[in-house]
Amino acid sequence: MTETGPVEMLHAAFPDTIQDVQTFRGDVTVVVDAAQIAKVCTHCRDTKGLDYNFLSDVTGIDYFPQEPRFGVAYHLYSMIHNHSLRLKVLLPGDAPEVQSVTPVFPAANWQEREIFDLLGITFTGHPDLRRILMPQGWDGHPLRKDYPLGYETVQFSFNYDDVDKHKPYAKE
Amino acid sequence: MTIMESRWEGNLEELRGLVSDRAMTGETMVLNMGPQHPSTHGVLRLMLELDGETIINCVPDIGYLHTGIEKNMEAKKYEQAITMTDRTDYLNPMGNNFAFCLAIEKLIDLDVPIRAQYLRVILAELTRINSHLVWLGTHALDIGAMSVFLYCFREREKLLDIFEIVSGQRMMSTYFRPGGLWRDVPDEFEPAVRDFLGYFPAKIDDYEKLLSNNPLWLDRTQGIGFISTEDAIRLGCSGPTLRGSDVNWDIRKALPYSSYDHFEFDVPLGKHGDVYDRYVIRMEEMRQSLHIVQQALDRLPGGPTRSNNRKYVPPPRAELGQSMEAVIHHFKLWTEGFRPPKGEVYVRLESPRGELGCFLASDGSPRPWRVRFRTPSFVHLSVLPHMSQGYMIADLVGIIGSIDIVLGDCDR
Amino acid sequence: MGLTSKLGNMGIVTTRLEDTVNWGRTNAMWPMLFGLACCAIEMMSTQAANYDLSRFGMELMRPSPRQSDLMIVAGRVTRKMAPVLRQLYDQMPEPKWVISMGDCASCGGVFNNYAIVQGVDEIVPVDVYVAGCPPRPEQLIHGIVTLHERIKQERIVDWA
Repeated sequence: MTETGPVEMLHAAFPDTIQDVQTFRGDVTVVVDAAQIAKVCTHCRDTKGLDYNFLSDVTGIDYFPQEPRFGVAYHLYSMIHNHSLRLKVLLPGDAPEVQSVTPVFPAANWQEREIFDLLGITFTGHPDLRRILMPQGWDGHPLRKDYPLGYETVQFSFNYDDVDKHKPYAKE
Repeated sequence: MTIMESRWEGNLEELRGLVSDRAMTGETMVLNMGPQHPSTHGVLRLMLELDGETIINCVPDIGYLHTGIEKNMEAKKYEQAITMTDRTDYLNPMGNNFAFCLAIEKLIDLDVPIRAQYLRVILAELTRINSHLVWLGTHALDIGAMSVFLYCFREREKLLDIFEIVSGQRMMSTYFRPGGLWRDVPDEFEPAVRDFLGYFPAKIDDYEKLLSNNPLWLDRTQGIGFISTEDAIRLGCSGPTLRGSDVNWDIRKALPYSSYDHFEFDVPLGKHGDVYDRYVIRMEEMRQSLHIVQQALDRLPGGPTRSNNRKYVPPPRAELGQSMEAVIHHFKLWTEGFRPPKGEVYVRLESPRGELGCFLASDGSPRPWRVRFRTPSFVHLSVLPHMSQGYMIADLVGIIGSIDIVLGDCDR
Repeated sequence: MGLTSKLGNMGIVTTRLEDTVNWGRTNAMWPMLFGLACCAIEMMSTQAANYDLSRFGMELMRPSPRQSDLMIVAGRVTRKMAPVLRQLYDQMPEPKWVISMGDCASCGGVFNNYAIVQGVDEIVPVDVYVAGCPPRPEQLIHGIVTLHERIKQERIVDWA
């Protein structure tokens, strides 16, 4: 089965929802309307001929300083037809929000939580949207491009004493 | 927030909605397990709601090993970033190199010489055995079989010696590079691998003698941690955990990468989807890995081990003394790095634990814009609550062992 | 020249109290089973047959901090883990020692970022640093022997 088949089927089913189709090195990316993502996912899962029964991965990308700033990519895979598809939604930088696909693919549960934690994208309808990797009281979303890496000066022999002075050594 | 101000002990109120209401009234007990616990394979923390000894709810709390690797890789050049990938899944360092290198190669459409592909397969399969040995040792140790741990680590040393022969490091080898390998394997490599191939099959038999028909082992593993075929697919399981539930999906077969389609091997499947089936599958996988290594070694072709594309791959040392062009390429690559085209790729490969995916987005600069590892441990751990409900708390360590989590892989 | 020839007929050895105590401390040191990341795997290798840490009286890893007197911080310490680590250290009974195993625990290693504590010495006092990423088992054993040497230098006046 060629990769164009599923895309045409999706086009036929959602003529208005699909904003763009890109192909790069054999990876097909279908950019869909953020409000419709759960519907598209359900369609991809249940329609005969598509049968994307396995959600490999959900990823968030920060395109700062572009607008729309955020992207969420869903990597679907069909074990039946052995083909894969990337769905993508684009979200504004201000209060990004997208439907959760956890009701469709339970595998997305933690991955959406991770995106919420690290990129600050809200997933509406998610059953348990809490921080997952960072501590609960953490400030900010580390994977955003405007979040600093948190570099500390490395101690070398020429600045050993300088850094040592500021290092908060533990007490007994 | 300073380090010591952050609070880690949860309270019951935070778990409202995650545990049943009976826990709120004190009818059932909420027990904290971890992050420092001998059987959680690292720093996993579980909040368990127990009715007597039966698990009603299990709420994992991860992130105690969140290293910020993905963010840190964005600040490094592509070739520098490979160093970080070793440290995500530290039982499968070569496999992580493999995933990242495959992603880069797909991104820039770089060819890999056939010898390098075969050597990659050999090393990836040896790493799989290496990982399964640690899994077997710790899994058996958790359930109470101490001696298996000692045997497994004895055999593992032989593998680490092989890795040291090729790369100079026991664990964090960073041996795979975009376009091939860091360098060709030395002469000692082949005899060492052949020695291992002759030595190891009898050892797998030994482990099976110790465990497979051991009534204690059977009692502790059979019928525990059940997951059905539908649930396994729905919840995103992959690798031995998925195949334990009778789904024939191995990425090496379904989407062959790096000439895996040149080799014959079987994909062992389970029937019951319990801890014991997953154990049997991993044992058989070790044999199949040996089989693949044997074939690859017998048919190992000659030739270069790194692509000849000078835009992305540094020239060999010998060329530097003769060619000005080589010096320029070398200088450009090590100061500026290479610039892949703009685009986004996703590659998946079969790690010892399951589907290891690498999503790589490039904006055309020498540093990756976004790197994301879809790690099997992370997804499998999210399945743990589903798997452990209704079993005894003593079974939980067996279930954790059977999905073979590595917390570095999970938290990244 | 063994101990028996010094014993004489009376079965009495004269030595200093601090030497006896230090000898006891070094030869039955119970490390805490506290693996964090990659280094924990090498720590397990050190425990296992090829390197056999029990040669140094350390075959018994205690998972409980209450029963252990050596904490081997094996791996990177995240900011989320730091308070836990401190609490574990506080729970260990005196006398206690800390070995910081590996680059990440000693100084942050390659991970100079928001999530990792740049050196576990910001959280607990460290006695011996072991370099390497991860250190070979021999290096860890060297670190442990170095700690033993240090403990043997301890004097009774310092305990008070």
